[in-house]
Amino acid sequence: MVPTRDIRQDFPLIVGKPDQVYLDSTASAQKPQVVIETLSRFYRERYANVHRGAYALSLEATEAYEQARQTLARFVGADEREIIFVRNATEALNLVAYAWAMKSLRQGDEILLSEMEHHANLVPWHFVAQQTGAVIKAIPVTAEGRLDLDALETLLTDRTRLVSVVHMSNVLGTVNPVGEIAKAAKEKGALMVVDGAQSAPHLPVNVEELGADFFAFSGHKMGGPTGIGVLWGRYEVLEQMEPFLGGGEMIREVYVDRSTYAKPPQRFEAGTPAIAEAVALGAAAEYLMGVGMENVWKHDRDLLEYALKRIDEELPEVTTFGPRGADRGGVIAFTLGGIHAHDVACALDQQGIAVRAGHHCAQPLHRKLGVPATARASFYLYTTKEDVDRFIEAMKEVRNFFKDWL
Amino acid sequence: MSLLDEIYKQTILEHYKRPQNFGVLPPPVISTPGVNPACGDQLELHLRLEDGKITQAMWQGQGCAISMASASMMSGLIRGKTIPQALALVEKFKAMIVDGAEPAPELGDLKALAGVHKLHARVKCATLAWNTLEEALHMAK
Repeated sequence: MVPTRDIRQDFPLIVGKPDQVYLDSTASAQKPQVVIETLSRFYRERYANVHRGAYALSLEATEAYEQARQTLARFVGADEREIIFVRNATEALNLVAYAWAMKSLRQGDEILLSEMEHHANLVPWHFVAQQTGAVIKAIPVTAEGRLDLDALETLLTDRTRLVSVVHMSNVLGTVNPVGEIAKAAKEKGALMVVDGAQSAPHLPVNVEELGADFFAFSGHKMGGPTGIGVLWGRYEVLEQMEPFLGGGEMIREVYVDRSTYAKPPQRFEAGTPAIAEAVALGAAAEYLMGVGMENVWKHDRDLLEYALKRIDEELPEVTTFGPRGADRGGVIAFTLGGIHAHDVACALDQQGIAVRAGHHCAQPLHRKLGVPATARASFYLYTTKEDVDRFIEAMKEVRNFFKDWL
Repeated sequence: MSLLDEIYKQTILEHYKRPQNFGVLPPPVISTPGVNPACGDQLELHLRLEDGKITQAMWQGQGCAISMASASMMSGLIRGKTIPQALALVEKFKAMIVDGAEPAPELGDLKALAGVHKLHARVKCATLAWNTLEEALHMAK
């Protein structure tokens, strides 16, 4: 296990709230001091708009912004020209939907998704289907909480133009074999999109090895600020794409009645970007690479195995969802008998344990699981074994409190 | 866990596990859906109005103990009330939950929910049925 005692010292909120057990990193992660400091120092020392001023300060700000792009490229094993700064994974997926799919898909073309997708990887494709007449299909989820890859053979057809699948589920924790799916998609000539909102913060990612065409992730889930995220796109694909938003920064030449566009990635970054946030996200990526993504993953995994073992042995009234195996990250969605997840989360909150309750923006998956809502505990590099112990003991209290109503 | 004891009173858990007036009314009725999109709690309220009075009230839905108990208790309380009387109850209930006002005597058993005021995150759960009722009555006007 990573020496989390030391790592916790890097997170001011964690240090400042010793009575709080934060188990909602899947929704958003706490920020290391270096990110908070980078954000503040950038505004105090280097701030100006980017890509315009002929003056030194703007050049310095531009350098910091572009350096962040290089860092993020290194973080996912990509070329820096393939890193587009967006607000979050949601915007990244919408960018692909609007700038590629809306313009490329025709009536009867097929989009293949899965039953375990976050709404961010469903709703943009609904827009595309409504607009283009494309048909949406979904890879089913098995009883164990994995994608049914056997179904791929029939689901992928000559009409499949786009496949978009989550890398790591925000409910089940399942890490899907997206590389394998990408390979199958490629054989049919379809484009492969990966929703990396959970995988980028929690496990080593190399987009070249994945073999996908797009990879979307958010900064705030990996210790970066809110309002900044990344769309990685294969350069040959980006080059062929029309812009998403129009405005400053993304153009080459503008006339009153027409314009030509800059090369990627600028083509997709209209208007003044979230400069300071991008720079601070660079610091978050450096921080994670310093710890080592292998270590982050191993730490999450160790906590997961420990927590599941204790739940299995000591809380028989609790049902957990998600696969039991090495293909799962530190997320535990669960129910407690017939007690609604909100009531469980509320009772945990009374004991200082922060978990999320609801459908976690994955209604189709909850329909499949046959429950209206689940409570969810999730781990990150600052989570400790003691946090898990406190969670388990608090759950016992909750169980005892509701024991006559389970 | 004293606040929990205050929130999850016996009455609330009883209504949660054995909801009253749970089901649908045959048409013609006023049927209004209510939903908290953030948490997924949902219910549907069916009202039969005769001569400006609520003669029957049924509901169905799914959600947490607080939202379901609130709907269950409300469905019993509003039967026989005129539209203005029912709207006055909505106001009194919201005053108790949102503003933390003393429970009005007309609210009867619903005073068991008064503690929810202290849990900001749960105010929406308690008021879901009541917002739905308010919408239904405004439609009926």
